[in-house]
Amino acid sequence: MKWSIEVGRYDRSQNPSGPNVHGYPPPYEAAPAKRYQIFEVELDDQAMVLDGLIAIREYQDESLAVRCACRSAICGSCGMWINGKANLACTTKLREVAQDGKVRVESPPSMPVIRDLVSDMTPFWKKNLSVRPWLEGKKPVPQGLEEYRVPNAAMENLIQEVSCISCGLCLMDCESFAINPDFLGPAALAKAYRYADDPRDATVKQRLGDYSQANGIWECTHCYMCVDRCPKGVAPLDQILKLRRMAVDAGFTNNAGTRHALAFAESVRDSGRLNELTLLPKSVGLFNIPAQLRALPTALNMLRAGKMPPIIHHKIPGVDRIKNIFKKVGGLFK
Amino acid sequence: MILDHDVVVLGAGLAGMRAGLEAARNGVNVAIVSKVHPVRSHSGAAQGGINAALGAGDSWEIHAFDTIKGSDYLADQDAVEVMTSEAPQDIIELEHMGVIFYRNDEGKLGTRAFGGASKARTYFVGDITGQALLYTLYDQTLKSGVKVYEEWFATALYMVDGACRGVVCIDMMTGELNLLRAKAVIIASGGMGRVYEPSTNALICTGDGIALAYRAGAPLMDMEMVQYHPTTLKGSGFLMTEAARGEGAYLLNRDGERFMQRYAPKMMELASRDVVSRAETIEIAEGRGIDGNVLLDLRHLGRDVIMSKLPQIHEIALDFLGIDMVTDPVPVRPGMHYIMGGVRTDTDGATPIPGLYAAGECACVSVHGGNRLGANSLLDTLVFGRRSGLASSAYVKTVAAIASGEEFLAAEQRRIAALMTRPYAGETHARLRLELGMLMDAKVGVYRDEAGLQEALAGVEQLKRRYQSVAVGDKSRVYNQALTFVLELGYMLDCAEATVHGAITRKESRGAQSRTDYPQRNDADWLKHVVLRYQDGQPPSIDYLPVTITKWPPQERTY
Repeated sequence: MKWSIEVGRYDRSQNPSGPNVHGYPPPYEAAPAKRYQIFEVELDDQAMVLDGLIAIREYQDESLAVRCACRSAICGSCGMWINGKANLACTTKLREVAQDGKVRVESPPSMPVIRDLVSDMTPFWKKNLSVRPWLEGKKPVPQGLEEYRVPNAAMENLIQEVSCISCGLCLMDCESFAINPDFLGPAALAKAYRYADDPRDATVKQRLGDYSQANGIWECTHCYMCVDRCPKGVAPLDQILKLRRMAVDAGFTNNAGTRHALAFAESVRDSGRLNELTLLPKSVGLFNIPAQLRALPTALNMLRAGKMPPIIHHKIPGVDRIKNIFKKVGGLFK
Repeated sequence: MILDHDVVVLGAGLAGMRAGLEAARNGVNVAIVSKVHPVRSHSGAAQGGINAALGAGDSWEIHAFDTIKGSDYLADQDAVEVMTSEAPQDIIELEHMGVIFYRNDEGKLGTRAFGGASKARTYFVGDITGQALLYTLYDQTLKSGVKVYEEWFATALYMVDGACRGVVCIDMMTGELNLLRAKAVIIASGGMGRVYEPSTNALICTGDGIALAYRAGAPLMDMEMVQYHPTTLKGSGFLMTEAARGEGAYLLNRDGERFMQRYAPKMMELASRDVVSRAETIEIAEGRGIDGNVLLDLRHLGRDVIMSKLPQIHEIALDFLGIDMVTDPVPVRPGMHYIMGGVRTDTDGATPIPGLYAAGECACVSVHGGNRLGANSLLDTLVFGRRSGLASSAYVKTVAAIASGEEFLAAEQRRIAALMTRPYAGETHARLRLELGMLMDAKVGVYRDEAGLQEALAGVEQLKRRYQSVAVGDKSRVYNQALTFVLELGYMLDCAEATVHGAITRKESRGAQSRTDYPQRNDADWLKHVVLRYQDGQPPSIDYLPVTITKWPPQERTY
């Protein structure tokens, strides 16, 4: 079968003084131009995108740069944009993504580019490093040939994150990262959960405090992009939500994220619907005037677009039944 | 640029990171250099587990015997004793570092059965044991602050008066050549799987460190011992872990027969890998295969066991063959997987070259002899990675500061520049690589004979001549993979040549070396290692080393 693969070409050495293709928020068209080049390859209908790229690199254009090693979603090297979605080239079948035999691959605009399909993963690794991704073992460390005694379930609980291959797909398409480059991002926070919920770690409380800071667990907007993109079922958002619960339970509630969640829940508990007017002040703090002023342009835009919430907030009928649900759930929101 | 460290480790897989950590713990200035980011290393693809005699009723002596028997008595027994007796402490240390090993009902480490082992002594994390270990060691490397040069590609070892004093690397990001000057270099760059096509190995397993050490004068040992794994996926050749059979999977021929009963009535599917691979090859050759494969049947294990203990191979079979192993058997065949041979070292990882150490798959201590047992390779990387890190950090204290290196670096820069400007003459690295791989698989595979090996030798020699005219089809400085592929092909050809010479030399059948023209093991003449030394422009010189026997005299080997 003949496939047409359109590849985004870029060479940092050819653009020495030009801007890096880095951190451009949507719309990504604003990023410096890369050149697109179309290659035709002959491969069967089981072929993966990576098979196509290797065929190009080996027999058509040796200058095509693409990272790959294992070819089976283990090494995590070949994360890239395939038709505008972050994906692994090695396990994406051409026939599943090609339309009329055509597919477009490129490095994602959310990452700096080194060459062609080779992204500079430095932002990814820096975020990983910043969550203190190693065990701080409880003291005393078992002596001799003794292991830490822990239930198997506690270890199995962590396999989901340990399955992460650091391909970076989750970060490449993360909506929060797109608008805030300092957000720790899905993979690093999933890794944070892996160590925070390890029964052998001695620093859980400190970890939860750290992860509750700005750019941490509360910066995620639950868009589920990371869950969708992850090729290994790590579901980073699920790990972030677990961290939030752990952090709130541990008492780290004095932050905008927790206040926002509480204000949200209280509004639903008390009226059966969301009171958007009070959500912002309650989240950032009632007397935090600067933060509220910063939101003013957004509020004005909403007003102009006819999206202003009603000034008078009405309860829905039967709100008592919702209160009962909250009572049953318990926790902070009873 | 010239950068100084006490110890430089080439390779950031399990052996390399373990060596780097140990050297750092001993207070020397250590750097790890790798052509890929550490977590991309091929150690991460190890699936099944890691062996240690830690449980009740097991002992390191039994583990040692299983290993020696598995090796077809070619392993050096003093080295095996070191590995198996230190294994429990290394496993426990990994657990303390944070590896999420499977636990039994008491919350202690739990095991699974594995091939060639008389006890269940394989510790594991699902079927991603290598990945779990690799990430834990990477995390520990981050914690230690050891310097890692990522995506630096090694082109030559820096030799001063017969001692190894550094390594020249291309920084892929800039294309610049740099000399990492050091008092000791530890080669931990893994195997050479891509010399064969197909292979279970990643595309990065090209024998770089083996060839660099070989060219620098370090002898290679037992290079003919190339392991074919019995269960690699039809077509793509991806690994289907031995843990599948450890958990109880069957091997079936086209008649639905568990054919291993005719080859290894006691151990059945869990006989040593060389034994099972030969059995499959015979079944297929005698017409009892299906389309060149046999079947790996896991259906009776049930969905729960498959999904909780073998999820990765379930996913791979589904992705690449569209087969759900819960409901259908998977077609598999023997495929090149591992080399037991490599750079000859002692039990401290030291090669005969001062300042040069090796650990992991690239090294030959030898603990695997003619055939490695499953789940002994991860153990090898950790024990001998640690020991080489320790030994090298003691050694560097005896070495004065290393001077100069500018000239060597400049010569290396000229060599690479000349390669970059070589005109295209019709040969590409990709075509030669493919031809080499297919030749090696056809002639130096599970079964070998003199005629086939001579064909392989002539073929490799011809490929080496053609290699002299391969051009680099990319002129950019940044991330020039065409250049590194050409250099890799050079390493692969040297490794292939050594393998073929080893196989021609050893005129017997032992472990992975099965010669149809010499079908018996011959302890009288061949209970010895084949040692190869590089000679520029000529075939390697060959001599022999005795096998160290401590407690276990060679016996007949049955499973």
